[in-house]
Amino acid sequence: MSSETATGHETHSHTHGGGHHHSPEELKSLTELEGLRDSARNKAKADYGDANIYLSEKDFNDDSLRPMFETKPGYFLFVIALASVMAVGVAAFVRQMVVGMGVTGLHQPVFWGAYIATFVFWVGLSHSGTIVSSILRLTMANWRRPILRGAEAMTAFSLMVAGLFPMIHVGRQWRVYYMFPLPNQRELWPNFKSPLMWDMMAISIYLTGSLTFLYIGLLPDIATARDRAISNGNWRAGYLRLLALGWRGGNYDWAVYNKASLFLAVIILCIAPSVHTIVSWDFAMTMTPGWHTTIFGPYFVVGAINSGVAGVILLMIIIRSIFKLQHIIRDLHIDCLGQLQLVIALIWLYFYFCEFNVTWYSHKPEEMAVWDWQWERFPLQLIAMVGGTALAVGLLGFKKIRRNMKAMVAITILINIGMYCERYLIVVPVLSHRDNPYKWTDYWASPTELSIILMSFCFFALLYAVFIKVFPIITMADVKEGVVISGDVRLGKHAVRVQVKE
Amino acid sequence: MKIFNADKQNDYKWAMVIDLDRCDGCGACVIGCQTENNVPTVGQDDVATGRSMHWIRIERYIEGEYPNVKVRFLPMMCQHCEAAPCESVCPVYATYHNDEGLNVQVYNRCIGTRFCGNNCPYSVRFFNWWDPSFDEATRNQLNPDVSVRERGIMEKCSFCMQRIRRGKDHAKDEGRPVKDGDIQPACAQTCPTGAITFGNINDHESKVHEMVHGKRAYRLFEEKGTHPSVYYLKGGAENVF
Repeated sequence: MSSETATGHETHSHTHGGGHHHSPEELKSLTELEGLRDSARNKAKADYGDANIYLSEKDFNDDSLRPMFETKPGYFLFVIALASVMAVGVAAFVRQMVVGMGVTGLHQPVFWGAYIATFVFWVGLSHSGTIVSSILRLTMANWRRPILRGAEAMTAFSLMVAGLFPMIHVGRQWRVYYMFPLPNQRELWPNFKSPLMWDMMAISIYLTGSLTFLYIGLLPDIATARDRAISNGNWRAGYLRLLALGWRGGNYDWAVYNKASLFLAVIILCIAPSVHTIVSWDFAMTMTPGWHTTIFGPYFVVGAINSGVAGVILLMIIIRSIFKLQHIIRDLHIDCLGQLQLVIALIWLYFYFCEFNVTWYSHKPEEMAVWDWQWERFPLQLIAMVGGTALAVGLLGFKKIRRNMKAMVAITILINIGMYCERYLIVVPVLSHRDNPYKWTDYWASPTELSIILMSFCFFALLYAVFIKVFPIITMADVKEGVVISGDVRLGKHAVRVQVKE
Repeated sequence: MKIFNADKQNDYKWAMVIDLDRCDGCGACVIGCQTENNVPTVGQDDVATGRSMHWIRIERYIEGEYPNVKVRFLPMMCQHCEAAPCESVCPVYATYHNDEGLNVQVYNRCIGTRFCGNNCPYSVRFFNWWDPSFDEATRNQLNPDVSVRERGIMEKCSFCMQRIRRGKDHAKDEGRPVKDGDIQPACAQTCPTGAITFGNINDHESKVHEMVHGKRAYRLFEEKGTHPSVYYLKGGAENVF
């Protein structure tokens, strides 16, 4: 049943529902109110209610699969450029591993620096994709349909990139497997009391979950792509045939698919907040002033979603403009994502308010040492951190801005610059001005760290670019599912209005 | 369930007392420790970037305005906390508490996450940023009782564990418990003013036991609840009772 029918029913029961006695004046004003409400609703419907895509199925398939099957020379140039920047980062990492961690700017007591800040940034970015996708699936938001895949892929890839950082940053990378609970002769276990241990488990569970979620969601689309690849004799037919698991689109296939994606959506929705809570505990569980705070769990989760939604918007705008998909990922979808961003950004500003207000008011000397140092050393980063989100809150209320792609690109980039600064300011100032004033220092990231961080961004882009070429980037099955066909069907003498969903 | 097992009773619980009135900041303990424990020489560049490696260091605090300036010295090393914050956060059990109250670092197990260093309020854990290097003059006099640490791992004061082990072995050979004064870490042995005293705090006859229960004894960052095994005796004439 479409949402329109549901609301129509609601109106009906309000006007004629039993038990209410109104005077004629009241009734008149009520009718006026309802009239106002209906006109507002009609306007909203005109703007948002219709998330359909007006294409024939063939055109839609063609357009959605074009990014996958048609490759321009620019794509290869892009991939080569990414790979060469990555090569610099890989070389820097190898040198770091061979020579020692001394090539970073880290020192006592700033034992964690830009690597960990970047790690938290990537884990944060990974949050929105799957969480937004599962929330939208569960709430059956109609506008979700074309963007799900892009969001889920963003989660999987940013999580993979994030997972690199703990391994890059440890002192003996070749012993990193000590973290895993592997059976060994000495019967040594990892320390399950350590937040890093929880972190490793949370991230591997989340990565497994989101990859499964991504794959299950892909199944029907893989089958569509497979059919096309087979009929075109494309090389992709090989792996697509394998990965489609013999999908034929029968009733049983769909029933299992729907059950699995619903189940996974619920599971992922539970895992995702726990993951970033645990990442926050890498900091909050310590006794370091500035880190040890109870707000960190929800604070990190909301911050993650804030940067993640911005990431989804940015990626969607880039994809639709590169592959000319403006008629599938329409302004409407960006608009709706912009509204979601507005809500999250408001919550995030509230968290900033809570954190700053409480720290400053209590004025504990050890917290104020960090506070003062932050304002003295990183004023620009602080402005970027609060300003990015504050700007979003100020601007995203306007529909014109939400439908202006250049403005949206600027806003989402500013939000994410702010979120990166926020992660940096959590890690670095706290460590450089901590309990023992004899050891107060400053920290600068070294060229090695910078090139490895740059590598992580290129790696993400590369994974995404390759993904677009091997799997359909548009959630085709979901879009088709949302298409409503309505028309008159003759039943004997009568013509009956019917609505059909695929 | 307890996160820290601080109440465990044992014959030995090693503790150190540092009399700040006796410390004149000469730094002999730093050199003694460096020699005994094969602590690498990191060089002046690394010292300038904050990577100095001294298991014990003399912290200088300057009070007052010129000309009424008073310099105070605070020898700082691993405090061997009973409730050590560094231990619980290590994901691979590379640091743990042994039965004698020592906070022990297992070099072979350490993978260098440096989480312990982040959770140490005293900043007394040291990371090997490079391969260990030693001055030409000292290369041939490394202590065979102490392993040289690889790059990429954490290290810190061990209360000269090798000397404790040797002291206990001697006592066992003679069929008696360790006596007060049997064991001396390198810093205590080297200190020309005798500011550092080491001993078994569970032995109620020991010197450290007596000093710890004096009026001048205090521990660093007591409010953190880490229960260090290193006690300081307040310095400054006005504090002597």
